[in-house]
Amino acid sequence: MSGISWDWHYTGQILPDLIIALFQYTIVVTVLAFVLALVVGMVFALLMRAPNVVVRQVVRWIMEFIRSTPPLVQLFFVFYVLPQLGLTLDAVTCGVLTLGIHYATYTSEVYRAGIEDVPRGQWEAATALSLSTRRTWTSVILPQAIPKVIPAQGNNLISLLKDVPILVSIAVPELLFQAFSAGNKTLSYLEPLTVAGVLFLAVSIPASILVRRLERRFGH
Amino acid sequence: MDTETDTETTRDADGTIIHFDKVVKRFGDNVVLRELDMSVRPGEHVTLIGPSGSGKTTILRLLMTLERANGGTIWVDGEPLSHMRRGDTLVTADEKHLREARKKIGMVFQQFNLFPNMSVLRNVTEAPVTVLGKGREEAAVRGRELLDMVGLADKVDAHPTQLSGGQQQRVAIARALAMEPKVLLLDEVTSALDPELVAGVLGVLREIARTTDITLLCVTHEMGFARDVSHRVMMFDQGQIVEQGDPEKIFTDPDHDRTKAFLKAVLEER
Repeated sequence: MSGISWDWHYTGQILPDLIIALFQYTIVVTVLAFVLALVVGMVFALLMRAPNVVVRQVVRWIMEFIRSTPPLVQLFFVFYVLPQLGLTLDAVTCGVLTLGIHYATYTSEVYRAGIEDVPRGQWEAATALSLSTRRTWTSVILPQAIPKVIPAQGNNLISLLKDVPILVSIAVPELLFQAFSAGNKTLSYLEPLTVAGVLFLAVSIPASILVRRLERRFGH
Repeated sequence: MDTETDTETTRDADGTIIHFDKVVKRFGDNVVLRELDMSVRPGEHVTLIGPSGSGKTTILRLLMTLERANGGTIWVDGEPLSHMRRGDTLVTADEKHLREARKKIGMVFQQFNLFPNMSVLRNVTEAPVTVLGKGREEAAVRGRELLDMVGLADKVDAHPTQLSGGQQQRVAIARALAMEPKVLLLDEVTSALDPELVAGVLGVLREIARTTDITLLCVTHEMGFARDVSHRVMMFDQGQIVEQGDPEKIFTDPDHDRTKAFLKAVLEER
């Protein structure tokens, strides 16, 4: 273990770049991918309840496929294969798309649970009042289902944050990439990787606390 | 036009608002309604009684299109409910037809089923605004009138969870009436209530029965209410009508042993 000692001066030198990477890339990608996941997940959840059985089956298989393959494989596919098919996207966009759609399969499961939790009587009352299908969803079902699933979606957000470092593989300059680059320059990885870990903690621990508060507020 | 289908598609222009023509309903192997024929006249108040599982609630749920019949035809106000006309024949109704057909019918449920995410007033105005296309103001004025009628004028801004069961059920009645239905279905509307809250709800329903010309179809175990309000009582058992008639006759001098036994059991239970 000789030769390894913590260098505070070096830590101070790399810290600003790592904090910038955290905000400029890690958090931005997390937020954008999460918004995408929430929207696409809702579309999945609604399509899973489509009257047409073919639609339901197709969506089920798409979701199963996305969920059962590693996000890293999907990321490489989007980043390396899509350009061969004529669609070239920058690395950040690839990351947001891949993570957003991968996590959409998780958020849709959470929505599904929330929707199924709405009592059948609510659907029947909506039918008895002749509400249209759209109105039933927008005025009755979703306003009851969504608040209940906010904590569970918060957990998805935290998991997503922790998956953003896979973008290091396509050179998105997020936190892990910057920490790794700093280490490559000095061949001293202890400080940058430790700082990266601590910065992740600094975001995910307050987020977990917030989710637990939300659970207490919206939970049963 | 071929004569036979002609009579099929124009049946029921003869002064009935509800007509069941050989209606069959099964849940799996369990036959709940066996070729049921029944009719209700406009403005009539009909109470359905009988043991649980006899098909009373299923009749209401079929009328509200919450269930689909496995056979036969249901007519409401001269139009087929479960079917629609295509040329000269009747085919199974699609969702669009059902949505139009069910506008004539309102329902009040045992469990109230108010929308907990909306205020009391919004519960009452949501459908008039979004389905009937009424203006928000107009719907709100009418909503307040109806809530006043059920004795809840001071609760318009409350949320359903803040109300007692009896109050929730009265809101549910106001909500159903706001759609101006021709037929109102009452499915054991007092069964989930604490005893001391039943009278308030029944009082509102008596008032509706007395002052409106809405056709009432009522499944209840409140025999006193049924006797006062009904024009006709139908006794059901195993998906068929055992006997029917004037409430005085059914409650005091029923013809069938099955009815006698049922009434005895219900009255002893109180």
